[in-house]
Amino acid sequence: MSDVTMSGQTPVPAVEEHHPHHPFLQHHFEDLGQQHEASTLGMWTFLTTEILFFGGIMLAYWVYRLAYPDAWSVGASLQNTRLGGINTIVLIMSSLTMALAVREAQLGRRIGIVTMLFLTLIFGGIFLGIKSYEYHAHWQEGLFPGTAWHWNENPDLAPKIQLFMTFYWGMTALHALHMVIGAGLLLWFMWRAWKDQFGPEYYGPVEVMGLYWHFVDIVWIFLYPFLYLIHGHKH
Amino acid sequence: MDSTSTTQGHEHTPHVHITPLWIYFAVFGALAAGTILTYLASTVDMGWGNTPVALVIAATKASLVILYFMHAIHSTRLTWVVILGSFLWLGVLFVLTFADYLTRAWAIY
Repeated sequence: MSDVTMSGQTPVPAVEEHHPHHPFLQHHFEDLGQQHEASTLGMWTFLTTEILFFGGIMLAYWVYRLAYPDAWSVGASLQNTRLGGINTIVLIMSSLTMALAVREAQLGRRIGIVTMLFLTLIFGGIFLGIKSYEYHAHWQEGLFPGTAWHWNENPDLAPKIQLFMTFYWGMTALHALHMVIGAGLLLWFMWRAWKDQFGPEYYGPVEVMGLYWHFVDIVWIFLYPFLYLIHGHKH
Repeated sequence: MDSTSTTQGHEHTPHVHITPLWIYFAVFGALAAGTILTYLASTVDMGWGNTPVALVIAATKASLVILYFMHAIHSTRLTWVVILGSFLWLGVLFVLTFADYLTRAWAIY
């Protein structure tokens, strides 16, 4: 402290001590604002491909649903509507905590981000646990298409119900795969948040991770009525 | 708000719009209510009306998630173009496909 003057004031440094570059600013961006906007736009562009990916499968689902409405309503009546509904609420709760994790990042609360990401992971885990239980039950009931199929309560409609169940397994498994990837991202982001890598200046990655998670929630918002809640036949 | 003060002094930092907590909880409440509503609606016989009702509820829920949880409401115009473009192409996919299938008089539709 030799350069402290007699009056106790520190001398003003010749060069202002201000980070010329934020450690997380990539050199090809002008500033953090531009970088943030580019990452959000890039994620939405990826989500466009995801919307059309799931959209294409849903299109095929609707082509066959309009062709075989009876098989589709019997197929939906074989689902566990209560567990599907509980899972929908669980996933919405995970979306809430994900949105709150982004908010905590905007506010620069490190422990808050980790906590909210952890809660999102827990809700995601509960969803996958309930889904596994349903898969196990369907397997036992012989509702897996192909050689494992032995559900035969309605022999006339059974081949078409196999088609419905093909959509059921395919769409829900693809959704679950997205959730498993999301869970991996959550773990990575919890570690990054723990290392204090996010804050009001740099919350973009948490926001972009959130966009992915919310998209997966939106897919389920459609899958629940498509696969569980078709009014009509109760077998 | 404690939030705004933390960003002062950095003119090039991202525009941070911090949504009040009550909005997140209100959207969550609406999504949960929509889930219960879509279940209840499926138990009522509305004839051909069941499908449109289920689709409208799901589309409303999805819109709430996109606008508030995904912050589309505060995003730039360019981001809006990409978001709306996604659904435009999805619409083209459905409209052209069903323009074919639904006009096949000899088919099972």
